[in-house]
Amino acid sequence: MLRDQDRIFTNLYGTQDFGLAGAQARGDWDNTKALLEKGREWIIDETKKSGLRGRGGAGFSTGMKWSFMPKASDRPHYLVVNADEGEPGTCKDREIMRHDPHKLIEGCLIASFAIGAKACYIYIRGEFWLEGNNLERAIDEAYAAGLVGKNACGSGWDFEIYVHRGAGAYICGEETALIESLEGRKGQPRLKPPFPAGAGLYGLPTTVNNVESIAVVPTILRRGAEWFAGLGRPNNTGTKLFCISGHVNNPCTVEEEMGIPLKDLLDKHCGGVRGGWDNLLAVIPGGSSVPVLPKSICDTVLMDFDSLRAERSGLGTAAVIVMDQSTDIVKAIARLSKFYMHESCGQCTPCREGTGWMWRVMERMVKGQADIGEIDMLEEVSRQIEGHTICALGDAAAWPVQGLIRHFRPEMERRILERKSVPAQAAE
Amino acid sequence: MSSASLPAHGHAPTEFSFSAENQATAKKLIAKYPSGREASAVIPLLDLAQRQAGGWLPRVAMDHVAKVLDMPPMRVYEVASFYTMFNLKPVGVHFVQVCTTTPCWLRGSDQVVHACKKELGIDLGETTADGQFTLIEVECLGACVNAPMVQINDDFYEDLDEASTVKVLQALKAGQKPATGPQNGRIRAAPLGGLTSLTDLPTGKKEPS
Repeated sequence: MLRDQDRIFTNLYGTQDFGLAGAQARGDWDNTKALLEKGREWIIDETKKSGLRGRGGAGFSTGMKWSFMPKASDRPHYLVVNADEGEPGTCKDREIMRHDPHKLIEGCLIASFAIGAKACYIYIRGEFWLEGNNLERAIDEAYAAGLVGKNACGSGWDFEIYVHRGAGAYICGEETALIESLEGRKGQPRLKPPFPAGAGLYGLPTTVNNVESIAVVPTILRRGAEWFAGLGRPNNTGTKLFCISGHVNNPCTVEEEMGIPLKDLLDKHCGGVRGGWDNLLAVIPGGSSVPVLPKSICDTVLMDFDSLRAERSGLGTAAVIVMDQSTDIVKAIARLSKFYMHESCGQCTPCREGTGWMWRVMERMVKGQADIGEIDMLEEVSRQIEGHTICALGDAAAWPVQGLIRHFRPEMERRILERKSVPAQAAE
Repeated sequence: MSSASLPAHGHAPTEFSFSAENQATAKKLIAKYPSGREASAVIPLLDLAQRQAGGWLPRVAMDHVAKVLDMPPMRVYEVASFYTMFNLKPVGVHFVQVCTTTPCWLRGSDQVVHACKKELGIDLGETTADGQFTLIEVECLGACVNAPMVQINDDFYEDLDEASTVKVLQALKAGQKPATGPQNGRIRAAPLGGLTSLTDLPTGKKEPS
C-alpha cells in the first residue's frame, strides 16, 4: 500500500485549511521560482521522465503533449485546464479543486511557463459552484501574494490565471468542444487536425490538460522524476486518485499507487464489496465509457493503463463502479446508454441517431423484449458508431454496450428466452 | 434540456437589464478575455442573468446579454438552449435536481426520486403549485462516491436515503438551511468508518474543519 509520505494530495478530504497558509504548510509554493529557473526544457524533460500520463482518460504522456507546442513563436500561447469533470463515476478533480486548489494553481504556473503560455483558463463545470468558489478564493490569494500575476513568484514571468465556469454539458470535457465553449459557442467538437497545439483557443497554440495531470506536476518536480517513476509499474507510473462508487461498503476517493490490484483497492480502502468478494458481479474500472469487467477478471486485474487495456477495458479516469450480484447489469448499462444519448451534441449522425437507437434497444434488452439475433445487431451497430464520429463520444457510447455483450451475453439471452417462454399476454 | 413546466404564477417579464451590481460583475467577467473575444463571456453572463431573473432566462434577459456582448441574439439563444443549466422556463425557488445516472442508481437514486415525489407531491418535470419546488432528473453531477445525491440550487446533498431526502426537503420547506454535503455523517469523500490513508502525516490534523 502507498505510504502516506508518498501521497501528493495530503488534504484530499478537506480536513485541513485549503487556503494559502494551509497549502504552504503542506509544501506547496515552496521556492517555485527555483523550479522555473531551471528552464522550460528541464520542466518538460522531467515530466517526460516521470512517466506521467494524462489523468483525464486518454493516458497520453503529459510531457510529450507539452513538447508539441511551438518553441519559437511570437503568438500568445494558452494553457487550458479541463475541469469539466463529468464522466459518470468520476469525482477526483472536485476534491483537488475544493481541498487542494493551490496545487492546481502552482501546476498551472509551471505548465504554462513550460509551454510558453502567459494566460491560463480553468474550465470548471458549472454545477461545481462551491468548488469554483474555493478555486477563485485560492487564485485571489495567489495574486495577492505575488505568486501569480506580473512577475509570478519573482521569476520575471507574467502569468494570468482565470476560472471559466461552464453550464452543464458533458461534451465540453472533449478538448475541442471545451475550446468552442470557452469561445462562447455551443460545445461541439472540432475536426482534428489542426490539433490545439497548432490552432486551439482563439486559433492560437493551446494545450488542454486535466486537473489532476497539472496538480501533480509541482510535487513531481520537487521530489524528482525518479521518485514518481519509481511508483507503479513501467509505463504506468506514479500515484493516482481512484474514485470507488457503487456496491462497496465504504465508497471513497483515495490516492493509491498505479497498478494496485483491484481487489486490494476495494478491500483496503472501501471495506470490501458489499456482501463479500464472492458477491461481486462486475466492475466498470475507469468511468462509464470503459467496458465492464466480470468478476473472473476482477479477481486478478491490476489498476493501470496497460493492464486494463490488456483486458479490453481501460483505466480511463480511474472511476471504479462496483456492482454486486443484486445488480440488474443490463439495466445498469442501459442507463449509461441513456446518458450518452442525453449528452450527444448532435453534430455527427452516427452518434446523434446511434446513441438513441442503442438506448431504445437496450431498454428492450432489459425486459428481454427482443430476438436473440438483435444482440448481434446491437453489437454491429455499436461498431458503426465507434470510430465514425468527430470526437470520442461515439466510442464512449459504444464501449459499455460492447463490454456488456462480450461478458454478459448469456444473461441477455436468458431474458429473451424467458420472455419468449411465457404467453404473450402474461409477459406484457 | 431543461424541461420544467410553467408554474401558474409565471409571467414572462417584458424587460430586463443588469442591476448596477451585476453590471459591475459583468464587466469583471468580460475582462477575463482578450479584447475582441467578449463572446467568451456569454455563459458567465447568462448565468448572471439567470440568477438575477430568479432562476430562469426569459427571452429579454438573453437579448440583454446579446446586447452587452454585441452578439447576434440568435447566437445567445443557441448557447442558452444547448447547456442544461440554463432554464428557458421558470423554476421553483428550490430547484431540486436528482442524479439518476448509474453510480447514483446503484446506490438507490430510485428511492431518492420516490421520496422527492412523495414529499413534494409532484412528478419529475413539475413545479409545486406554490412555486417553491421544481423537481427534475439530471445526469451525473460528479459526486459519485457520495451517491446518491441531489443538487438544490447551488448546493449538493450527498449520501442520501429516503429518510434523509425527506428531512432535507422538509427543512427547506420550513425556511431553514439544511447542512450540505454528506447526510450520513461521513467526512466528504473519505470512507465512512475511518480513514484508510492520510493518517500518518506530520501536518495531518484529523478533525474535520
